[in-house]
Amino acid sequence: MTEAIIHTHAAADHFDAHHGPEKGFKRWLFTTNHKDIGTLYLLFSLVMLFIGGLMALVIRAELFEPGKVLIDPEFFNQMTTMHGLIMVFGVIMPAMAGLANWMIPLMIGAPDMALPRLNNWSFWLLPFAFCLLMSTLIMSGPAPDFGWTFYAPLSTTYGPKSTDFFIFSVHMMGASSIMAALNIVVTIFNMRAPGMTWGKLPLFVWSWLVTGFLLLAVMPVLAGCVTMMLMDRHFHTSFFNAAGGGDPLLFQHVFWFFGHPEVYILILPGFGIISEVVSTFSRKRLFGYKFMVAATVLIAFIGLIVWMHHMFTTGAPITAQLYFMYATMLVAIPTGIKIFNWLATLFKGSITFETPMLFALGFLVMFTIGGFSGVMLSLVPADYQYRDSYFVVAHFHYVLVSGSLFAIFAAIYYWLPKWTGRMYSERLGQIHFWLSVIGMNLAFLPMHFLGLAGMPRRIPDYPLQFTDFNQLCTIGAFIFGMAQLVFLYIILKECVSHTKPDVSNQVWEGAKGLEWTLPSPPPYHTFETAPIVP
Amino acid sequence: MHHRILRLILFFTSALFVLTAYAESELNMPVGGTILSEEIYKLHMAGFYVCCGIGVVVFGVLIYSLIRFRKSKGAQAAHFHEHLGVEIIWTTIPFLILVALAIPATIVLGHIHNTDKSALTLKITGYQWKWKYEYLDQGISFFSVLSTTQDQINNKAKKSEWYLLEVDHEAVVPINTKIKLLITADDVIHSWWVPALGVKQDAIPGYINENWIYVTKPGTYRGQCGELCGLNHGFMPIVVKAVPQAEFDQWVKNHHPGNSFTPLQPALNPLTGDALLALGKAQYEKNCVMCHQANGAGLPPSFPALKKSRIVTGAPDAAIAFVLSGVPGTAMQAFGEQLDDQNIAAIMTYIRSAWGNSDLVKQQKYSTVIQPKDVAKVRQGSKP
Repeated sequence: MTEAIIHTHAAADHFDAHHGPEKGFKRWLFTTNHKDIGTLYLLFSLVMLFIGGLMALVIRAELFEPGKVLIDPEFFNQMTTMHGLIMVFGVIMPAMAGLANWMIPLMIGAPDMALPRLNNWSFWLLPFAFCLLMSTLIMSGPAPDFGWTFYAPLSTTYGPKSTDFFIFSVHMMGASSIMAALNIVVTIFNMRAPGMTWGKLPLFVWSWLVTGFLLLAVMPVLAGCVTMMLMDRHFHTSFFNAAGGGDPLLFQHVFWFFGHPEVYILILPGFGIISEVVSTFSRKRLFGYKFMVAATVLIAFIGLIVWMHHMFTTGAPITAQLYFMYATMLVAIPTGIKIFNWLATLFKGSITFETPMLFALGFLVMFTIGGFSGVMLSLVPADYQYRDSYFVVAHFHYVLVSGSLFAIFAAIYYWLPKWTGRMYSERLGQIHFWLSVIGMNLAFLPMHFLGLAGMPRRIPDYPLQFTDFNQLCTIGAFIFGMAQLVFLYIILKECVSHTKPDVSNQVWEGAKGLEWTLPSPPPYHTFETAPIVP
Repeated sequence: MHHRILRLILFFTSALFVLTAYAESELNMPVGGTILSEEIYKLHMAGFYVCCGIGVVVFGVLIYSLIRFRKSKGAQAAHFHEHLGVEIIWTTIPFLILVALAIPATIVLGHIHNTDKSALTLKITGYQWKWKYEYLDQGISFFSVLSTTQDQINNKAKKSEWYLLEVDHEAVVPINTKIKLLITADDVIHSWWVPALGVKQDAIPGYINENWIYVTKPGTYRGQCGELCGLNHGFMPIVVKAVPQAEFDQWVKNHHPGNSFTPLQPALNPLTGDALLALGKAQYEKNCVMCHQANGAGLPPSFPALKKSRIVTGAPDAAIAFVLSGVPGTAMQAFGEQLDDQNIAAIMTYIRSAWGNSDLVKQQKYSTVIQPKDVAKVRQGSKP
């Protein structure tokens, strides 16, 4: 780093690449370039979005009417399980990792990630992990059919044979995530350009730093959890088997010790993205930077100590329930700080409504709604009624679809012109946004009512009084699905187009940060000489 | 362009309102018919109104900003970017609101945990995919199984009013009595959930969880299993009938062991082959069809085929013993505890005759017909 300080090149002047990428598939297989790996992550996530989305549509089609519509209950359970696993581990996490790969070195003025070969490995584990997981769909006997939460003993003593494939693919995903997190944390600690102090670090980088630590804290716990499953299934241990002196609730404690921080892993980078986008399109500095950073750290910390709020109906003692209720309610405070600071950033700004901003505003409204149902869920007595009903399904889709996924859309529209050097079609972007908003609300808003009226989640068929709302949900889901075809078209058009770059370095009028000092698209190697941040 | 989008939004929101009005009664959590369900409902509404209040403020400021500070209307960005005072305000006020919500939640939670002074104890056990009710003080115990037919599920018959919410034997409870519920499971985790009774409690193998009900309004309360428990998670409803004390006493009298009816009463009278087949088909459709399927092909390898099965078509005693004691660690339960000799004999007769199995049975010089006394003999032999 000291050497870098001596150099005084302005970063933008220095993009004569020493060597370009390799040609053909070798470029992608052997790449150690953060931009290539970022692209791989994002494309992988895009493919998985459509696979997981298709499964969601199968689920919704089956639920269009009471009675058997398309598939039998056995396949239905496989679909809900796969949909959950794919969306969480195959779409949101890789997309966030892809954005981190692309943007963190550009935002902190680093030439690449700190551990480029590890970076290659952490990506290339993923396609194999998911092939392993999805291969169970074409095996004889059911694929994993116990929900993405795979509670024991349904997944151990009673699990299908394919559970072992599931266990190993979770191990691979976990290894991939741990390495990616390690890489990101090390990069942020060691590769910042001179002058890029902690107080100047962009919010996206901050939130990924915190996310990285969360991943390092809980991914090994998940690995332990599935290893205990494997031991129970094949080595005659009884970690989770009550008949052998084990404890089915131990499974839930271990799983949710991973699972709750996991939801913050999915949303925290999104908070970072929204902070960047809202500030850019308000043409105003982010309000309350220090509080935003502190709130991120606080959310992550509280997120580690509230896992049992997923287990309020398991017969927990009242003292444990009270502690976890109070701690869970506390999450609302730093989250509130974030929402209020974004509002204050918008206030007295100079606002325009390009597609990234639309998705950020959609996030702001609908994530807040998801936050409201979150507060309601924290109230233990009411949670008795909400738990494992469609109310919970509505809640987590509001925070994951209109939260994490909308944040990813915002990020992609925001940085895509920087990556490709070409502006996407604003008109198509807006169509994508509005169709997504309509589809998303039509699909998930009625689920609140279904849950309150008593519809349990994960049922392949339902009593007659739930028909109306379910039909609405299905229509909404299909609209949302169609909307993503528009997105696919926009992305593919950008990727295959060979027209000349048509955007400036700056791209967006209000954008600030090192990434906007580089050409669009940036050369293969950037910041080989560290920029000096004033 | 903008007008078209606006019209689209208008269309969908109005569609939403029309449908909402149509299904008005199912929009919200039921107030329910117990002391607890009413308390929970009030807490739920308190939480909802607080969220609405905060929503009005947050979305109000948001909408105001988006309209007032548009660049297209010439808005210039201000330069402020921090203010300690407002940060403290929007940390403190939410904190106080949360404290205000936590207080009633804590009180109601205390009530839920207070199972003292109950007058009746009902033990509930979840099985794949049925519930067992045991009235510990009255010595009554029975299984409660979905009574919706396969034809309704497969759209071959008109669906009844309580499609998927009806059972063969309802749990009957007296009103105005505090009833303690002891909830557990035999195989995987289930959850006993009746919204209008204000109870959702997980049924976990190796644990006995407590909850209680005090029903104030007589009537029939319906619910479903709340925790994914395998293939037929959606097909194990709960029906609780709350009746006045006198009616409950009468029900207890009718159901007392040794009186006119208990589900496990052995019926040993021999039946004709046709009668056994008819009863067997009905019982098969109630107890077996969800896993082994109507055509006997099962869903292998989790749920083996009965068609051409060596066990089914083999020696009668071995086949009966298999059904009586089940296979531990699978959904194949010990049906000896759930069905009487006559029903098991009928089911055995049916599965040994159907799907071409009768040929295989006859080739081995066995009889397809199994009589209740055959089952009783095996049952006696298996007792230690």
